[in-house]
Amino acid sequence: MNKQTQDSPIVEVQKMSKNFGTTQVLKNVDLKVQPSEVMCLIGPSGSGKSTLLRCIAFLEQYSSGNIYIEGEMLGYNDDTDIRKLTSTNELNHVRRNMGMVFQQFNLWPHMTALGNVTEALVRVKKLSRREADEKGHAILKKVGLAERALHYPAQLSGGQQQRVAIARSLAMEPSVMLFDEPTSALDPELVGEVLQVMKDLAKDGMTMIVVTHEMGFAAQVADTVVFLDQGEILMKGSPKEIFQGEKPPRLEQFLKNYMDRNAFWE
Amino acid sequence: MMTFDAQLILNHLPDIASGFGITILCTLIACFIAMLLGLVVALGLMSKAKILRYPVRLYVEIIRGTPFLIQLFLLYYGGPSIGLYLEPIEAGIFALACNGSAYYAELFRAGFNAIPKGQLDAAKIIGLSRLQIIVRIQIPQMMVLIIPGLVNVSIILGKETAILSIVTVPELAFVLIGIGAETYAYAETLTVLAVSYLILAELTSRFGGWTEKRLSKYMERSI
Ligand SMILES: Nc1ncnc2c1ncn2[C@@H]1O[C@H](COP(=O)(O)OP(=O)(O)OP(=O)(O)O)[C@@H](O)[C@H]1O
Ligand SMILES: [Mg+2]
Repeated sequence: MNKQTQDSPIVEVQKMSKNFGTTQVLKNVDLKVQPSEVMCLIGPSGSGKSTLLRCIAFLEQYSSGNIYIEGEMLGYNDDTDIRKLTSTNELNHVRRNMGMVFQQFNLWPHMTALGNVTEALVRVKKLSRREADEKGHAILKKVGLAERALHYPAQLSGGQQQRVAIARSLAMEPSVMLFDEPTSALDPELVGEVLQVMKDLAKDGMTMIVVTHEMGFAAQVADTVVFLDQGEILMKGSPKEIFQGEKPPRLEQFLKNYMDRNAFWE
Repeated sequence: MMTFDAQLILNHLPDIASGFGITILCTLIACFIAMLLGLVVALGLMSKAKILRYPVRLYVEIIRGTPFLIQLFLLYYGGPSIGLYLEPIEAGIFALACNGSAYYAELFRAGFNAIPKGQLDAAKIIGLSRLQIIVRIQIPQMMVLIIPGLVNVSIILGKETAILSIVTVPELAFVLIGIGAETYAYAETLTVLAVSYLILAELTSRFGGWTEKRLSKYMERSI
């Protein structure tokens, strides 16, 4: 699935750093994500994976460097000497084609599955209630939840909730989807159904950046795997290069820990 | 031995009913305005801008730190000196509303903070505006969480209406205390007064419970 296209990247991160107070949690991160590329971010706990994803979504303000979404500067006005935050409107405009799925689902519990999916269709895209419901039903069907449209999140399993969350993002027809450990809060037997939806998305050509501890998913689905350690990108490559090739000792150790944790017999 | 002259109460029933009506009216209007005002105050308390947050915080502290009677006097007797001429009932309702707003605001603030930040992240990234997030995501959930607190403050405001009698608002306490002074039937009038507030409090509490049950359906696991 390697693409050698020369398209302009959907997400481009240039020398981006992020500090929380005086601690630097991301250092000089460079990334390019091409259309239809699936990029998996792996790395030890605390290495800055979530922070990187949240910076790309501008849920956190990055401290220096640049992030471009489909060629547009994210979050700051580029042209001034001293950086200024853009208005909420401009920010929403730049990330209008971005969807995000969280470890904790973050569904709105007072709305049904359908309500969650249609909320932004009605409020942001200004569809009529009828059009929105129609579209909402179709998307819920796509993630296998046609029967559950009128259930509240509390009445759904974790796997179903996460699929609703994916449907909620998909409804906005994003060109890039960010996933932050989408299966980490799920019981093991529910992981598969969510990964399957994500695989289908990848097959349909969705551009995806996925923070994950599911090495199997990374190996099968990713075009690029990025290993983050202490806020720095230590290695970036195809799954083959990452999992089978020469690698820095930190990555070696990280993968070994992973294997040890998941081995259930010698 | 104390006797209870029911006939005396019955004779004054129309006056008493009218007083009760005014008490309920004052309570309802004051609670309503206080909640709206309280919501604005809560948003002020949570504002990132100090220039907004500090004055609002001062307002809340002043209201909570001074007796309602003094707030009412300040508005009713002090008002005219800044050109604010209010009827007793207007001053009474407005003072009650201001008083309640400070207490409601603290509840709203706690309610807002109780909503997981992740839900707001999800709302931001999908493109909802600040106002849409407040109205569509935060307020509906926050309301359910704080209904017991809202009931408490509303009951207290309902009872505080008795103070309005001091500036001659013809509410229930004004009427009954007046009858008592005229007829020396203190036991009868004060009993009826106390029981009326008890009923008012009980009704408020039931209404709160009913609303909570209706609004919190989404939290139930079964369908
Ligand atoms: N809001 C914050 N304020 C201060 N420090 C933070 C904040 N969020 C994250 N950090 C710190 O930044 C570092 C990176 O955190 P991050 O959550 O991005 O790691 P992660 O790779 O996603 O870890 P995990 O696999 O456990 O989710 C950590 O040291 C964390 O303590
Ligand atoms: Mg994380």
